[in-house]
Order: sequence, then structure tokens, then C-alpha cells
Amino acid sequence: MEHYISLFVRAVFIENLALTFFLGMCTFIAVSKKITTAFGLGVAVTVVLAISVPVNNLVFQNLLAPGALAWAGFPDADLSFLGFLTYIGVIAALVQILEMILDKFFPALYNALGIFLPLITVNCAIFGAVAFMVERDYNFGESVVFGLGSGIGWMLAITLLAGIREKLKYADIPHGLRGLGITFLMVGLMGLGFMSFSGVSL
Amino acid sequence: MANAKEIKTVLFGPVFANNPIALQVLGICSALAVTTKMDKALVMCIALTLVTAFSNFFISLIRNHIPSSVRIIVQMTIIASLVIVVDQLLKAFAYDVAKELSVFVGLIITNCIVMGRAEAFAMKSAPGISFLDGIGNGLGYSAVLMTVAFIRELGGSGTLFGVEIMPLVKDGGWYQPMGLLLMPPSAFIIIAGLIWLLRTFRTEQVEKA
Repeated sequence: MEHYISLFVRAVFIENLALTFFLGMCTFIAVSKKITTAFGLGVAVTVVLAISVPVNNLVFQNLLAPGALAWAGFPDADLSFLGFLTYIGVIAALVQILEMILDKFFPALYNALGIFLPLITVNCAIFGAVAFMVERDYNFGESVVFGLGSGIGWMLAITLLAGIREKLKYADIPHGLRGLGITFLMVGLMGLGFMSFSGVSL
Repeated sequence: MANAKEIKTVLFGPVFANNPIALQVLGICSALAVTTKMDKALVMCIALTLVTAFSNFFISLIRNHIPSSVRIIVQMTIIASLVIVVDQLLKAFAYDVAKELSVFVGLIITNCIVMGRAEAFAMKSAPGISFLDGIGNGLGYSAVLMTVAFIRELGGSGTLFGVEIMPLVKDGGWYQPMGLLLMPPSAFIIIAGLIWLLRTFRTEQVEKA
């Protein structure tokens, strides 16, 4: 249990996907102008991460890993080179299914999150988290915790950034820094703040 | 094939006038985590330029046969296959660098530059010129990446491509390295500075408040 808690805290704070690995930056910068939209996107990313990391973990363990096809009579097969193609396919399919389920059973939620879902397929944060999961060789339980934790970390980061940007509207910023420039600067400073968590030992 | 002037705009436009990272904020996701050392950044640049160029080329070749409803999936498949080829080549011939780049080679798949050029240019243009457009955008990306890597490696560890330029205090030299430059947040601050610099000289890029 302790192991899972430490993994969770590490995924949320210490190894924050957005602020230490620069993942999901395109949407991170583009959709952080208002707190409500940023939070909505954050929730959508968390949901997709919490589902797609464990599912890809199952796919990897049972189909792609070296020797994983022993049950089908191919003990020597090593399909791990097909990884990238498979993960992106699984993510795209999951997002599509999620969209359909939300549309059918939770129309209110679909209206709130619907516009973000197609964006998420090409969000580097999802693919990055899946790739980290494979590289670090997590088991199924760890991948659930890692997916959920990194999603919450990303959501935290984008909501905080949106809060700062809403206040920045009233600031008198040098012309060349307006918009993009000051946003990068803010993200850099937030990253510095999050670095203070790296001293936390669990 | 297009005339010489058009080739020049397609190839060099994205490097200076219309840089994909600095102006459209595309593809920075992977860009910054690999900029602590110049050799790492260089390998990443070559990989991305090749993937963009070839994905543009192949997508342009079959652009008239792709039904528009499934075009994203077709593009994704082509890009992902190319990235797998690059990843396997790196693992075979430059294993150490491939290990340092870790997941970021795979992240070329979700890099917005590759997808963006496929969608915006290759779906409408002939294969030859699409290939050059891919090279051009790859070079634009490389220009920013190498600049950031230059600042971070020189300031953070006093070396360039691993060759010692400024001897460090701990080895008996005079330079006290700035450890912050090796940390992730510095990359954001350097990019912010580059954008500021660029927009000071090209005022038409300034965003309205």
C-alpha cells in the first residue's frame, strides 16, 4: 500500500507530466485562458489517462512483451517494436468509445467535455504517460495508480496556470512578451515551484 | 516540380519568417526535455526532420486516395510507422543516445509539427514540394532546439557537444556552472526570452492584450 501512495505522490507532484517532462504542452498553453475550460480539459485528460494507461499495460503484457504470446503458441515472438503503433491506436479507439458512451448515457458531461475529447488523442501527455509506463515496467496495479496520479498532476498544473493567466489580464506586460512569452515565463516559474517537491522523500 | 523561388520559400521560410515553434507554438512538447545536451538535441532534430519530410512525402503520394473521413487515422499510421523505423535505427546504431532520449523519440508521433504539416500542406501539394516543406519545418524546429541546447549546455556544464569550452571550478578551472540551466524550468524561461527577442524585432507578431 505504501508503495502505491508513494507512486501516486510522485506522479502528481515530483514528476509532474506538464512541468517536469513538458508533456501536453500544446494544449497546456492553448487552452489555459479560462479556469473553467482548463479544469474541464484537465478532468477529461485525467479520465483518459486513468483508463488508457492500464489498458495499454494489459495490451503490452499480454500481446507485445517478449514471450507474451506463449499462450498462442509463439514463445519466441517479440512484438515490442510494434508498441508505438499499438498504443496510439488503443488511445484513439478508447477516446472514440468514451465519446460515444458519454454522448449516450451522460449528455450533460458530454456537452461539457465533448469538444476536448478529439484533442486528447494527439495530446502528448497521454502517449508520454503510456510510454513511461512501458519503459519503467509497471505492473497492472502500478499502472492504474500512475495513470490516475499523472492525470491529476496535469489537471492541477493547467488549472493553476489558468488562474494566473486570468489575473494577468490586468497586468501591463511589455509588448513582445504578451500572450505566448509571458505564459512560458509563468510555466517556468511554476516549474521552479514544483521543483521544491523533489526534496520530498517517501 | 516547382520553380526555384518557390522551393526557396518552402525550404527556408519556416526557419526564419514562419518558425513553427516560435510563432505557432507547435511541437514544443518533446522539444524541451531533450535540450540539456547538444548531441541529444541534434539526434532529436535529425529524427524529427526525417520523419516530417518522409511523412509529408508518403501522405502526399496517396493524398488523392485517402477518404477524408479516415484521413487522421491514415496519417497517424504512416507517422507511427516512420517513427518506429527511426526508433529501431537509433537503438541499433546509437544505443546510448537512444536510451537517453527514452520516450521522447516515440513522442514524435504526437508532435504537432508532423501532424500539422501533413494536414495543412501534404494533403494539398505534390510529393516533391511536400518533402521539401517537411525538411524546412524540421530545420525551423532544429534552429530553436539547437539554440536552447547551446545555452543550456554551455551555461549548465561548460561544454558543447561534450567538448570542454569553459573549465569548471571543480576541475580546477574558473567557471562556476549554473545548475539551474540543467533543470527543466530553465527551458521555458529561455523560450520565453527567445520569443521576446523575436517579437521585439518583428513587431507584427505581437499579440493584442
